[in-house]
Amino acid sequence: MLLKGRAWKFGDNIDTDAIIPARYLNTSDPKELARHVMEDADKDFHSKINAGDIIVAGANFGCGSSREHAPIAIKAAGIQAVIARSFARIFYRNAFNIGLPIFESEEASEKIMEGDEIEIDAGRGVIKNVAKKEEYTTKPIPPFMQELISAGGLIEWTKKKIKTSYQPT
Amino acid sequence: MGMTITEKILAAHLPVRQTGSGRKEVSAGELINAKVDLVLANDITAPIAITEFRKIGAKDVFDKDRIALIPDHFAPQKDIKAAEQCRMLRDFSKEYKLGLYFEVGRMGIEHALLPEEGLVVSGDLIIGADSHTCTYGALGAFATGVGSTDVASAMATGECWFKVPESMRFVYYGKLNKWAGGKDLILHTIGDIGVDGALYRAMEFEGETIKSLPMHARLTMCNMAIEAGGKNGIIVPDEITEKYVNGRAKRKYKFYTSDKNAKYAAIKEYDCSKIPPTVSCPHLPSNTKPAAELFEVAIDQVVIGSCTNGRIEHLREAAGVIKGKKVNPNVRMIVIPATQKIYLQAVREGLVEIFINADAVVSTPTCGPCLGGHMGILAKGDRAIATTNRNFVGRMGHPESEVYLSNPAVAAASAVKGRIATPEEVI
Repeated sequence: MLLKGRAWKFGDNIDTDAIIPARYLNTSDPKELARHVMEDADKDFHSKINAGDIIVAGANFGCGSSREHAPIAIKAAGIQAVIARSFARIFYRNAFNIGLPIFESEEASEKIMEGDEIEIDAGRGVIKNVAKKEEYTTKPIPPFMQELISAGGLIEWTKKKIKTSYQPT
Repeated sequence: MGMTITEKILAAHLPVRQTGSGRKEVSAGELINAKVDLVLANDITAPIAITEFRKIGAKDVFDKDRIALIPDHFAPQKDIKAAEQCRMLRDFSKEYKLGLYFEVGRMGIEHALLPEEGLVVSGDLIIGADSHTCTYGALGAFATGVGSTDVASAMATGECWFKVPESMRFVYYGKLNKWAGGKDLILHTIGDIGVDGALYRAMEFEGETIKSLPMHARLTMCNMAIEAGGKNGIIVPDEITEKYVNGRAKRKYKFYTSDKNAKYAAIKEYDCSKIPPTVSCPHLPSNTKPAAELFEVAIDQVVIGSCTNGRIEHLREAAGVIKGKKVNPNVRMIVIPATQKIYLQAVREGLVEIFINADAVVSTPTCGPCLGGHMGILAKGDRAIATTNRNFVGRMGHPESEVYLSNPAVAAASAVKGRIATPEEVI
Protein backbone atom coordinates (compact mmCIF):
# COMPACT_ATOMS: atom_id res chain seq x y z
CA MET A 1 0.00 0.00 0.00
CA LEU A 2 1.48 3.32 -1.16
CA LEU A 3 -0.24 6.49 0.06
CA LYS A 4 0.58 9.93 -1.33
CA GLY A 5 -0.81 13.21 -0.09
CA ARG A 6 -0.32 16.68 1.31
CA ALA A 7 0.20 17.15 5.07
CA TRP A 8 -1.99 19.08 7.49
CA LYS A 9 -0.32 19.62 10.85
CA PHE A 10 -1.94 19.45 14.28
CA GLY A 11 -0.50 19.56 17.80
CA ASP A 12 -0.63 17.21 20.80
CA ASN A 13 -3.76 15.82 22.48
CA ILE A 14 -6.20 16.42 19.62
CA ASP A 15 -9.31 15.03 21.33
CA THR A 16 -12.37 13.42 19.77
CA ASP A 17 -14.47 16.48 20.67
CA ALA A 18 -12.16 18.50 18.41
CA ILE A 19 -12.25 15.86 15.65
CA ILE A 20 -16.05 15.67 15.67
CA PRO A 21 -17.91 17.73 18.31
CA ALA A 22 -20.73 15.95 20.17
CA ARG A 23 -23.24 18.51 18.89
CA TYR A 24 -23.13 16.65 15.57
CA LEU A 25 -23.48 13.17 17.03
CA ASN A 26 -27.23 12.97 16.58
CA THR A 27 -26.38 11.33 13.29
CA SER A 28 -23.94 8.64 12.19
CA ASP A 29 -24.12 9.50 8.47
CA PRO A 30 -20.46 9.63 7.33
CA LYS A 31 -21.09 12.44 4.80
CA GLU A 32 -22.69 14.67 7.39
CA LEU A 33 -19.96 13.93 9.96
CA ALA A 34 -17.29 14.69 7.33
CA ARG A 35 -18.61 18.24 6.93
CA HIS A 36 -17.61 19.00 10.52
CA VAL A 37 -14.31 17.13 10.69
CA MET A 38 -11.70 18.80 12.96
CA GLU A 39 -14.06 21.76 13.32
CA ASP A 40 -13.13 22.71 16.89
CA ALA A 41 -9.40 22.47 16.11
CA ASP A 42 -9.60 24.33 12.77
CA LYS A 43 -12.98 25.84 11.86
CA ASP A 44 -12.41 25.83 8.08
CA PHE A 45 -10.59 22.51 7.84
CA HIS A 46 -13.24 20.76 5.77
CA SER A 47 -13.29 23.47 3.09
CA LYS A 48 -9.49 23.57 2.85
CA ILE A 49 -8.69 19.90 2.34
CA ASN A 50 -8.48 17.81 -0.83
CA ALA A 51 -9.15 14.12 -1.18
CA GLY A 52 -6.02 12.15 -0.36
CA ASP A 53 -4.57 14.63 2.14
CA ILE A 54 -2.85 13.33 5.25
CA ILE A 55 -3.15 14.51 8.86
CA VAL A 56 0.14 14.73 10.76
CA ALA A 57 -0.28 15.25 14.51
CA GLY A 58 1.60 15.17 17.80
CA ALA A 59 1.11 12.88 20.79
CA ASN A 60 -2.11 11.21 21.98
CA PHE A 61 -4.17 11.87 18.84
CA GLY A 62 -7.85 10.98 19.32
CA CYS A 63 -7.93 11.08 23.11
CA GLY A 64 -11.23 11.27 24.96
CA SER A 65 -14.42 9.64 23.82
CA SER A 66 -14.80 6.21 22.21
CA ARG A 67 -16.87 7.67 19.38
CA GLU A 68 -16.10 5.83 16.15
CA HIS A 69 -17.59 8.90 14.47
CA ALA A 70 -14.08 10.43 14.80
CA PRO A 71 -12.18 8.11 12.43
CA ILE A 72 -15.34 7.83 10.28
CA ALA A 73 -15.47 11.64 9.85
CA ILE A 74 -11.77 11.75 8.94
CA LYS A 75 -12.08 8.92 6.43
CA ALA A 76 -15.31 10.22 4.89
CA ALA A 77 -13.74 13.67 4.46
CA GLY A 78 -11.19 12.09 2.14
CA ILE A 79 -8.22 12.13 4.49
CA GLN A 80 -6.39 8.94 3.53
CA ALA A 81 -4.13 8.48 6.55
CA VAL A 82 -3.16 9.91 9.91
CA ILE A 83 0.42 10.04 11.15
CA ALA A 84 1.01 10.88 14.83
CA ARG A 85 3.66 10.64 17.48
CA SER A 86 1.18 8.44 19.40
CA PHE A 87 -2.54 7.62 19.35
CA ALA A 88 -5.06 7.31 22.17
CA ARG A 89 -5.92 3.64 22.42
CA ILE A 90 -9.63 3.60 21.55
CA PHE A 91 -8.99 5.79 18.49
CA TYR A 92 -6.15 3.44 17.54
CA ARG A 93 -8.37 0.34 17.55
CA ASN A 94 -11.30 2.16 15.94
CA ALA A 95 -9.08 3.27 13.04
CA PHE A 96 -7.93 -0.30 12.35
CA ASN A 97 -11.45 -1.67 12.81
CA ILE A 98 -12.95 0.67 10.20
CA GLY A 99 -9.95 0.67 7.84
CA LEU A 100 -8.44 4.13 8.29
CA PRO A 101 -4.66 3.73 7.88
CA ILE A 102 -2.74 5.25 10.80
CA PHE A 103 0.99 5.36 11.47
CA GLU A 104 2.98 6.06 14.62
CA SER A 105 6.24 7.91 13.97
CA GLU A 106 7.96 10.34 16.31
CA GLU A 107 10.31 11.56 13.59
CA ALA A 108 7.62 12.12 10.97
CA SER A 109 5.42 13.89 13.52
CA GLU A 110 8.25 16.29 14.30
CA LYS A 111 9.81 16.91 10.89
CA ILE A 112 6.88 17.02 8.51
CA MET A 113 5.57 20.57 8.02
CA GLU A 114 2.19 21.76 6.83
CA GLY A 115 1.87 21.42 3.07
CA ASP A 116 4.71 18.89 2.67
CA GLU A 117 4.16 16.17 0.09
CA ILE A 118 4.19 12.81 1.85
CA GLU A 119 4.53 9.26 0.58
CA ILE A 120 3.77 6.40 2.93
CA ASP A 121 4.97 2.91 2.04
CA ALA A 122 2.84 0.95 4.52
CA GLY A 123 4.42 -2.40 3.66
CA ARG A 124 7.96 -1.23 4.38
CA GLY A 125 6.92 1.06 7.25
CA VAL A 126 8.59 4.07 5.64
CA ILE A 127 7.32 7.64 5.31
CA LYS A 128 8.96 9.78 2.61
CA ASN A 129 9.01 13.58 2.70
CA VAL A 130 9.25 14.28 -1.06
CA ALA A 131 10.49 17.91 -1.13
CA LYS A 132 12.84 17.53 1.84
CA LYS A 133 14.13 14.19 0.53
CA GLU A 134 13.90 12.67 3.99
CA GLU A 135 12.73 9.24 5.12
CA TYR A 136 11.21 8.39 8.47
CA THR A 137 10.39 4.97 9.85
CA THR A 138 7.04 4.04 11.41
CA LYS A 139 6.42 1.68 14.29
CA PRO A 140 5.70 -1.78 12.87
CA ILE A 141 2.04 -2.82 12.70
CA PRO A 142 1.42 -5.93 14.88
CA PRO A 143 0.61 -9.11 12.87
CA PHE A 144 -2.98 -9.28 14.14
CA MET A 145 -3.64 -5.72 13.01
CA GLN A 146 -2.19 -6.60 9.60
CA GLU A 147 -4.64 -9.49 9.50
CA LEU A 148 -7.47 -7.01 10.22
CA ILE A 149 -6.28 -4.71 7.44
CA SER A 150 -5.97 -7.47 4.87
CA ALA A 151 -9.43 -8.78 5.80
CA GLY A 152 -10.80 -5.28 5.13
CA GLY A 153 -11.62 -4.31 8.72
CA LEU A 154 -13.11 -6.00 11.77
CA ILE A 155 -16.55 -6.67 10.27
CA GLU A 156 -15.10 -8.59 7.31
CA TRP A 157 -12.72 -10.38 9.68
CA THR A 158 -15.65 -11.38 11.93
CA LYS A 159 -17.68 -12.56 8.92
CA LYS A 160 -14.83 -14.87 7.95
CA LYS A 161 -14.46 -16.09 11.51
CA ILE A 162 -18.15 -16.95 11.79
CA LYS A 163 -18.11 -18.82 8.46
CA THR A 164 -15.03 -20.88 9.21
CA SER A 165 -13.91 -22.17 12.56
CA TYR A 166 -15.77 -20.01 14.99
CA GLN A 167 -17.95 -21.75 17.57
CA PRO A 168 -19.04 -19.87 20.69
CA THR A 169 -17.79 -21.69 23.77
CA MET B 1 5.92 -15.17 36.71
CA GLY B 2 3.30 -13.41 38.83
CA MET B 3 0.31 -11.75 37.21
CA THR B 4 -1.59 -8.55 37.90
CA ILE B 5 -5.35 -8.61 38.52
CA THR B 6 -5.82 -7.26 34.99
CA GLU B 7 -3.77 -10.09 33.46
CA LYS B 8 -5.57 -12.71 35.56
CA ILE B 9 -9.02 -11.56 34.50
CA LEU B 10 -7.99 -11.50 30.84
CA ALA B 11 -6.41 -14.98 31.15
CA ALA B 12 -9.57 -16.34 32.78
CA HIS B 13 -11.56 -15.18 29.74
CA LEU B 14 -9.48 -16.89 27.05
CA PRO B 15 -11.83 -19.04 24.95
CA VAL B 16 -11.69 -22.79 25.62
CA ARG B 17 -10.25 -23.38 22.12
CA GLN B 18 -7.19 -21.43 23.27
CA THR B 19 -6.98 -22.94 26.76
CA GLY B 20 -7.33 -26.53 25.60
CA SER B 21 -3.66 -27.00 26.31
CA GLY B 22 -4.21 -25.73 29.84
CA ARG B 23 -3.12 -22.18 29.08
CA LYS B 24 -4.04 -19.92 31.97
CA GLU B 25 -1.61 -17.07 31.55
CA VAL B 26 -1.25 -13.96 29.46
CA SER B 27 1.50 -11.38 29.48
CA ALA B 28 1.69 -7.68 28.72
CA GLY B 29 1.97 -6.80 25.05
CA GLU B 30 0.32 -10.00 23.81
CA LEU B 31 -2.66 -9.71 21.44
CA ILE B 32 -5.50 -12.02 22.46
CA ASN B 33 -9.12 -12.75 21.78
CA ALA B 34 -11.14 -13.05 24.97
CA LYS B 35 -14.74 -13.77 25.95
CA VAL B 36 -16.80 -10.87 27.24
CA ASP B 37 -19.32 -11.06 30.09
CA LEU B 38 -21.21 -7.95 29.05
CA VAL B 39 -21.27 -5.66 26.02
CA LEU B 40 -22.82 -2.21 26.23
CA ALA B 41 -23.56 0.74 23.98
CA ASN B 42 -25.57 3.95 24.20
CA ASP B 43 -27.71 6.08 21.90
CA ILE B 44 -24.63 7.67 20.26
CA THR B 45 -22.58 4.52 19.70
CA ALA B 46 -25.19 1.74 19.35
CA PRO B 47 -26.64 2.95 16.02
CA ILE B 48 -23.29 2.34 14.28
CA ALA B 49 -22.88 -0.96 16.15
CA ILE B 50 -26.34 -2.11 15.02
CA THR B 51 -25.68 -1.16 11.38
CA GLU B 52 -22.32 -2.96 11.43
CA PHE B 53 -23.79 -6.00 13.24
CA ARG B 54 -26.29 -6.45 10.40
CA LYS B 55 -23.44 -6.50 7.87
CA ILE B 56 -21.85 -9.49 9.63
CA GLY B 57 -24.86 -11.65 8.83
CA ALA B 58 -24.90 -13.49 12.17
CA LYS B 59 -28.06 -15.51 12.79
CA ASP B 60 -28.45 -14.18 16.31
CA VAL B 61 -26.67 -12.26 19.03
CA PHE B 62 -24.27 -14.26 21.22
CA ASP B 63 -26.41 -13.87 24.37
CA LYS B 64 -29.64 -11.88 24.74
CA ASP B 65 -28.99 -11.14 28.40
CA ARG B 66 -25.44 -9.87 28.04
CA ILE B 67 -25.99 -6.95 25.70
CA ALA B 68 -26.99 -3.71 27.40
CA LEU B 69 -28.37 -0.89 25.25
CA ILE B 70 -28.87 2.30 27.22
CA PRO B 71 -30.18 5.54 25.71
CA ASP B 72 -28.62 8.05 28.11
CA HIS B 73 -26.57 10.62 26.15
CA PHE B 74 -29.20 12.55 24.21
CA ALA B 75 -32.15 11.01 26.11
CA PRO B 76 -34.82 11.98 26.98
CA GLN B 77 -34.74 12.47 23.22
CA LYS B 78 -33.50 16.02 22.63
CA ASP B 79 -34.42 16.40 18.94
CA ILE B 80 -35.78 14.42 16.02
CA LYS B 81 -32.41 13.01 14.94
CA ALA B 82 -31.58 11.94 18.50
CA ALA B 83 -35.03 10.36 18.76
CA GLU B 84 -34.38 8.36 15.59
CA GLN B 85 -31.10 7.09 17.06
CA CYS B 86 -32.80 6.10 20.34
CA ARG B 87 -35.51 4.35 18.34
CA MET B 88 -32.89 2.19 16.62
CA LEU B 89 -31.88 0.84 20.05
CA ARG B 90 -35.46 0.06 20.98
CA ASP B 91 -36.31 -1.60 17.67
CA PHE B 92 -33.13 -3.69 17.70
CA SER B 93 -33.76 -4.74 21.33
CA LYS B 94 -37.28 -5.87 20.41
CA GLU B 95 -36.12 -7.68 17.28
CA TYR B 96 -33.46 -9.67 19.15
CA LYS B 97 -35.43 -9.86 22.43
CA LEU B 98 -32.60 -8.25 24.39
CA GLY B 99 -33.01 -8.42 28.17
CA LEU B 100 -31.05 -5.30 29.00
CA TYR B 101 -32.67 -2.40 27.19
CA PHE B 102 -33.53 0.54 29.44
CA GLU B 103 -36.25 2.91 28.28
CA VAL B 104 -36.48 6.45 29.66
CA GLY B 105 -38.08 6.10 33.10
CA ARG B 106 -36.07 2.97 33.79
CA MET B 107 -32.73 4.16 32.51
CA GLY B 108 -29.89 6.01 34.11
CA ILE B 109 -26.40 7.02 33.04
CA GLU B 110 -24.98 3.67 31.94
CA HIS B 111 -21.94 3.62 34.24
CA ALA B 112 -24.03 4.44 37.30
CA LEU B 113 -26.92 2.18 36.34
CA LEU B 114 -25.10 -1.08 35.59
CA PRO B 115 -23.12 -1.32 38.88
CA GLU B 116 -26.18 -0.17 40.86
CA GLU B 117 -28.28 -2.94 39.33
CA GLY B 118 -25.61 -5.59 39.87
CA LEU B 119 -25.37 -6.15 36.11
CA VAL B 120 -21.59 -5.76 36.15
CA VAL B 121 -19.74 -7.67 38.85
CA SER B 122 -16.27 -8.38 40.20
CA GLY B 123 -14.14 -10.58 37.95
CA ASP B 124 -16.08 -9.63 34.82
CA LEU B 125 -14.60 -8.74 31.46
CA ILE B 126 -16.73 -5.92 30.08
CA ILE B 127 -16.49 -3.87 26.91
CA GLY B 128 -18.58 -0.83 26.14
CA ALA B 129 -18.81 1.58 23.26
CA ASP B 130 -18.24 4.41 25.69
CA SER B 131 -14.87 5.53 26.95
CA HIS B 132 -15.98 5.65 30.59
CA THR B 133 -16.69 1.91 30.62
CA CYS B 134 -13.49 1.74 32.70
CA THR B 135 -15.65 2.78 35.71
CA TYR B 136 -16.41 -0.86 36.63
CA GLY B 137 -12.79 -1.52 37.51
CA ALA B 138 -13.80 -0.20 40.93
CA LEU B 139 -15.52 -3.57 41.47
CA GLY B 140 -12.40 -5.51 40.52
CA ALA B 141 -13.54 -6.13 36.95
CA PHE B 142 -11.62 -5.59 33.71
CA ALA B 143 -13.70 -3.02 31.86
CA THR B 144 -12.64 -0.93 28.91
CA GLY B 145 -14.05 1.39 26.30
CA VAL B 146 -14.05 0.26 22.68
CA GLY B 147 -15.63 1.42 19.43
CA SER B 148 -18.99 0.63 17.86
CA THR B 149 -17.51 -1.89 15.42
CA ASP B 150 -15.92 -3.78 18.32
CA VAL B 151 -19.37 -3.94 19.92
CA ALA B 152 -20.92 -5.16 16.65
CA SER B 153 -18.37 -7.97 16.41
CA ALA B 154 -18.77 -8.87 20.11
CA MET B 155 -22.57 -8.91 19.82
CA ALA B 156 -22.15 -11.59 17.16
CA THR B 157 -19.32 -13.64 18.67
CA GLY B 158 -19.21 -12.86 22.41
CA GLU B 159 -15.52 -12.09 21.98
CA CYS B 160 -13.24 -9.12 21.45
CA TRP B 161 -9.57 -8.60 20.62
CA PHE B 162 -7.29 -7.04 23.22
CA LYS B 163 -3.68 -6.11 23.64
CA VAL B 164 -2.83 -7.18 27.17
CA PRO B 165 -1.83 -3.90 28.82
CA GLU B 166 1.17 -3.25 30.99
CA SER B 167 0.08 -2.22 34.48
CA MET B 168 1.00 0.86 36.49
CA ARG B 169 0.62 0.89 40.29
CA PHE B 170 -0.73 3.97 42.02
CA VAL B 171 -0.27 3.82 45.78
CA TYR B 172 -2.18 6.28 47.97
CA TYR B 173 -1.38 6.74 51.65
CA GLY B 174 -2.14 9.29 54.36
CA LYS B 175 -5.36 10.88 55.56
CA LEU B 176 -7.61 12.60 53.04
CA ASN B 177 -8.23 16.29 53.52
CA LYS B 178 -11.71 17.20 54.74
CA TRP B 179 -13.15 18.35 51.41
CA ALA B 180 -11.08 16.09 49.18
CA GLY B 181 -12.21 12.67 47.91
CA GLY B 182 -11.97 10.26 45.01
CA LYS B 183 -12.37 13.05 42.44
CA ASP B 184 -9.47 15.00 43.88
CA LEU B 185 -7.22 11.93 44.02
CA ILE B 186 -7.82 11.14 40.37
CA LEU B 187 -7.57 14.76 39.16
CA HIS B 188 -4.32 15.13 41.11
CA THR B 189 -3.01 11.89 39.58
CA ILE B 190 -3.90 12.97 36.03
CA GLY B 191 -2.29 16.33 36.75
CA ASP B 192 0.85 14.49 37.79
CA ILE B 193 1.17 11.98 34.93
CA GLY B 194 -0.60 13.89 32.13
CA VAL B 195 -3.44 12.99 29.75
CA ASP B 196 -1.31 10.28 28.14
CA GLY B 197 0.60 9.33 31.29
CA ALA B 198 -0.99 5.87 31.35
CA LEU B 199 -1.45 5.44 27.59
CA TYR B 200 -2.42 1.83 26.70
CA ARG B 201 -1.84 0.81 30.32
CA ALA B 202 -3.87 -0.57 33.23
CA MET B 203 -4.03 1.80 36.22
CA GLU B 204 -4.14 -0.22 39.43
CA PHE B 205 -5.12 1.89 42.44
CA GLU B 206 -4.14 0.69 45.90
CA GLY B 207 -2.76 1.69 49.29
CA GLU B 208 -4.14 2.40 52.75
CA THR B 209 -6.22 5.37 51.59
CA ILE B 210 -7.89 3.27 48.88
CA LYS B 211 -8.59 0.48 51.42
CA SER B 212 -10.87 2.84 53.36
CA LEU B 213 -12.23 4.65 50.29
CA PRO B 214 -15.99 4.13 49.82
CA MET B 215 -17.27 2.52 46.61
CA HIS B 216 -18.70 5.75 45.15
CA ALA B 217 -15.24 7.35 45.34
CA ARG B 218 -13.60 4.26 43.83
CA LEU B 219 -16.07 4.39 40.93
CA THR B 220 -15.13 8.07 40.39
CA MET B 221 -11.43 7.21 40.31
CA CYS B 222 -11.68 4.29 37.89
CA ASN B 223 -14.12 6.31 35.75
CA MET B 224 -11.41 8.83 34.92
CA ALA B 225 -8.59 6.36 34.14
CA ILE B 226 -9.31 7.09 30.46
CA GLU B 227 -8.46 10.77 31.04
CA ALA B 228 -4.87 9.66 31.63
CA GLY B 229 -5.00 7.50 28.49
CA GLY B 230 -5.47 4.33 30.57
CA LYS B 231 -6.99 1.18 29.11
CA ASN B 232 -8.64 0.37 32.41
CA GLY B 233 -8.64 1.46 36.02
CA ILE B 234 -8.84 -1.30 38.60
CA ILE B 235 -8.95 -1.87 42.35
CA VAL B 236 -8.37 -5.29 43.94
CA PRO B 237 -11.66 -6.25 45.67
CA ASP B 238 -11.92 -6.20 49.48
CA GLU B 239 -14.60 -5.99 52.18
CA ILE B 240 -15.94 -2.71 50.75
CA THR B 241 -16.35 -4.42 47.37
CA GLU B 242 -18.00 -7.45 48.97
CA LYS B 243 -20.48 -5.23 50.79
CA TYR B 244 -21.35 -3.41 47.57
CA VAL B 245 -21.61 -6.41 45.25
CA ASN B 246 -23.18 -8.91 47.64
CA GLY B 247 -26.95 -8.71 47.44
CA ARG B 248 -27.06 -6.75 44.20
CA ALA B 249 -25.03 -9.00 41.87
CA LYS B 250 -27.26 -10.58 39.24
CA ARG B 251 -24.51 -13.04 38.31
CA LYS B 252 -21.81 -14.99 40.14
CA TYR B 253 -18.85 -12.79 40.97
CA LYS B 254 -15.22 -13.64 41.57
CA PHE B 255 -12.48 -11.76 43.39
CA TYR B 256 -9.04 -11.67 41.77
CA THR B 257 -5.88 -10.24 43.34
CA SER B 258 -2.50 -9.20 41.98
CA ASP B 259 0.42 -11.50 42.74
CA LYS B 260 3.19 -10.07 44.91
CA ASN B 261 5.72 -10.72 42.15
CA ALA B 262 3.54 -9.27 39.38
CA LYS B 263 5.32 -6.95 36.98
CA TYR B 264 4.54 -3.23 36.85
CA ALA B 265 5.76 -0.75 34.27
CA ALA B 266 5.85 2.04 36.87
CA ILE B 267 4.89 2.81 40.44
CA LYS B 268 3.59 6.17 41.67
CA GLU B 269 3.01 7.10 45.31
CA TYR B 270 0.86 9.89 46.67
CA ASP B 271 0.58 11.32 50.18
CA CYS B 272 -3.15 12.12 50.32
CA SER B 273 -2.73 14.58 53.18
CA LYS B 274 -1.01 16.82 50.62
CA ILE B 275 -3.81 16.64 48.05
CA PRO B 276 -6.20 19.59 48.41
CA PRO B 277 -9.60 19.98 46.73
CA THR B 278 -8.41 20.08 43.13
CA VAL B 279 -9.73 21.69 39.95
CA SER B 280 -8.83 20.93 36.32
CA CYS B 281 -8.62 24.16 34.34
CA PRO B 282 -9.40 24.48 30.62
CA HIS B 283 -8.74 22.70 28.32
CA LEU B 284 -7.26 19.44 29.62
CA PRO B 285 -8.08 17.30 32.67
CA SER B 286 -4.34 17.33 33.47
CA ASN B 287 -4.29 21.11 33.87
CA THR B 288 -4.86 20.92 37.64
CA LYS B 289 -4.61 23.51 40.39
CA PRO B 290 -5.77 23.64 44.01
CA ALA B 291 -9.30 25.13 44.12
CA ALA B 292 -8.00 27.65 46.65
CA GLU B 293 -5.75 29.21 43.98
CA LEU B 294 -8.64 29.91 41.62
CA PHE B 295 -10.86 32.28 43.63
CA GLU B 296 -10.67 34.89 40.87
CA VAL B 297 -12.40 32.69 38.31
CA ALA B 298 -16.02 33.88 37.91
CA ILE B 299 -18.54 31.29 36.67
CA ASP B 300 -21.86 31.28 34.84
CA GLN B 301 -22.94 27.68 35.33
CA VAL B 302 -22.54 24.77 37.73
CA VAL B 303 -23.26 21.17 36.74
CA ILE B 304 -23.44 18.41 39.34
CA GLY B 305 -23.92 14.95 37.90
CA SER B 306 -22.47 12.61 35.20
CA CYS B 307 -21.09 9.06 35.33
CA THR B 308 -18.22 10.50 37.35
CA ASN B 309 -20.11 12.27 40.12
CA GLY B 310 -23.88 11.72 39.86
CA ARG B 311 -24.31 9.18 42.65
CA ILE B 312 -26.36 9.72 45.81
CA GLU B 313 -23.27 10.34 47.96
CA HIS B 314 -22.16 13.07 45.54
CA LEU B 315 -25.57 14.74 45.68
CA ARG B 316 -25.42 14.58 49.49
CA GLU B 317 -22.01 16.30 49.43
CA ALA B 318 -23.34 19.10 47.24
CA ALA B 319 -26.58 19.46 49.22
CA GLY B 320 -24.62 19.57 52.47
CA VAL B 321 -22.76 22.62 51.21
CA ILE B 322 -25.66 24.51 49.65
CA LYS B 323 -28.35 23.77 52.25
CA GLY B 324 -30.08 26.98 53.41
CA LYS B 325 -28.14 29.11 50.91
CA LYS B 326 -28.90 30.49 47.46
CA VAL B 327 -27.23 30.01 44.12
CA ASN B 328 -25.49 33.26 43.20
CA PRO B 329 -27.72 35.48 41.01
CA ASN B 330 -25.13 35.32 38.21
CA VAL B 331 -25.12 31.53 38.12
CA ARG B 332 -27.40 28.73 36.94
CA MET B 333 -26.97 25.45 38.78
CA ILE B 334 -28.05 22.15 37.23
CA VAL B 335 -28.18 18.96 39.30
CA ILE B 336 -28.52 15.63 37.48
CA PRO B 337 -29.02 12.46 39.53
CA ALA B 338 -27.40 9.66 37.54
CA THR B 339 -30.20 7.09 37.80
CA GLN B 340 -33.92 6.90 38.63
CA LYS B 341 -33.11 5.16 41.93
CA ILE B 342 -30.68 7.91 42.88
CA TYR B 343 -33.27 10.52 41.92
CA LEU B 344 -35.93 8.89 44.09
CA GLN B 345 -33.50 8.55 46.99
CA ALA B 346 -32.61 12.24 46.63
CA VAL B 347 -36.31 13.10 46.81
CA ARG B 348 -36.82 10.94 49.89
CA GLU B 349 -33.81 12.39 51.69
CA GLY B 350 -34.96 15.95 51.00
CA LEU B 351 -31.96 16.70 48.78
CA VAL B 352 -34.12 17.76 45.85
CA GLU B 353 -35.93 20.20 48.14
CA ILE B 354 -32.60 21.63 49.29
CA PHE B 355 -31.50 22.16 45.67
CA ILE B 356 -34.79 23.71 44.56
CA ASN B 357 -34.91 26.00 47.61
CA ALA B 358 -31.40 27.12 46.67
CA ASP B 359 -32.66 28.02 43.14
CA ALA B 360 -30.97 25.08 41.41
CA VAL B 361 -32.75 22.93 38.82
CA VAL B 362 -32.90 19.16 39.18
CA SER B 363 -33.00 17.20 35.92
CA THR B 364 -33.99 13.68 34.99
CA PRO B 365 -31.00 11.32 34.53
CA THR B 366 -29.00 12.05 31.35
CA CYS B 367 -25.39 12.58 30.27
CA GLY B 368 -26.78 15.84 28.85
CA PRO B 369 -24.44 18.78 29.28
CA CYS B 370 -21.32 16.74 30.11
CA LEU B 371 -20.68 16.21 26.40
CA GLY B 372 -22.47 19.32 25.20
CA GLY B 373 -25.59 17.36 24.30
CA HIS B 374 -28.47 19.20 25.98
CA MET B 375 -29.80 20.37 29.37
CA GLY B 376 -27.30 23.17 29.96
CA ILE B 377 -25.19 24.06 26.92
CA LEU B 378 -22.70 26.91 27.24
CA ALA B 379 -22.79 30.07 25.10
CA LYS B 380 -19.70 31.77 23.68
CA GLY B 381 -17.81 33.21 26.63
CA ASP B 382 -19.68 31.14 29.24
CA ARG B 383 -17.67 29.48 31.97
CA ALA B 384 -18.79 26.46 33.99
CA ILE B 385 -17.54 24.44 36.90
CA ALA B 386 -18.73 20.86 36.62
CA THR B 387 -18.32 17.54 38.41
CA THR B 388 -17.97 15.90 34.99
CA ASN B 389 -14.87 14.36 33.45
CA ARG B 390 -13.64 16.38 30.44
CA ASN B 391 -12.92 20.03 29.80
CA PHE B 392 -11.76 19.90 26.18
CA VAL B 393 -12.45 22.85 23.85
CA GLY B 394 -16.19 22.97 23.14
CA ARG B 395 -16.95 20.02 25.40
CA MET B 396 -20.04 21.61 27.01
CA GLY B 397 -21.08 23.85 24.15
CA HIS B 398 -19.55 26.75 22.22
CA PRO B 399 -15.87 26.30 21.27
CA GLU B 400 -15.16 29.57 23.08
CA SER B 401 -16.74 28.46 26.38
CA GLU B 402 -14.77 27.03 29.29
CA VAL B 403 -15.19 24.09 31.68
CA TYR B 404 -13.46 23.62 35.04
CA LEU B 405 -13.68 20.17 36.67
CA SER B 406 -14.09 19.65 40.42
CA ASN B 407 -15.66 17.53 43.14
CA PRO B 408 -19.34 18.11 44.11
CA ALA B 409 -18.64 20.12 47.29
CA VAL B 410 -16.37 22.57 45.46
CA ALA B 411 -18.92 22.90 42.63
CA ALA B 412 -21.73 23.63 45.12
CA ALA B 413 -19.62 26.19 47.01
CA SER B 414 -18.77 27.86 43.70
CA ALA B 415 -22.48 28.08 42.86
CA VAL B 416 -23.06 30.09 46.02
CA LYS B 417 -20.11 32.41 45.52
CA GLY B 418 -20.45 32.90 41.75
CA ARG B 419 -16.76 32.09 41.40
CA ILE B 420 -14.58 29.07 42.09
CA ALA B 421 -14.72 28.59 45.87
CA THR B 422 -13.92 26.04 48.56
CA PRO B 423 -16.61 24.61 50.86
CA GLU B 424 -15.06 26.24 53.95
CA GLU B 425 -15.89 29.62 52.50
CA VAL B 426 -19.63 29.03 52.53
CA ILE B 427 -20.19 26.64 55.42
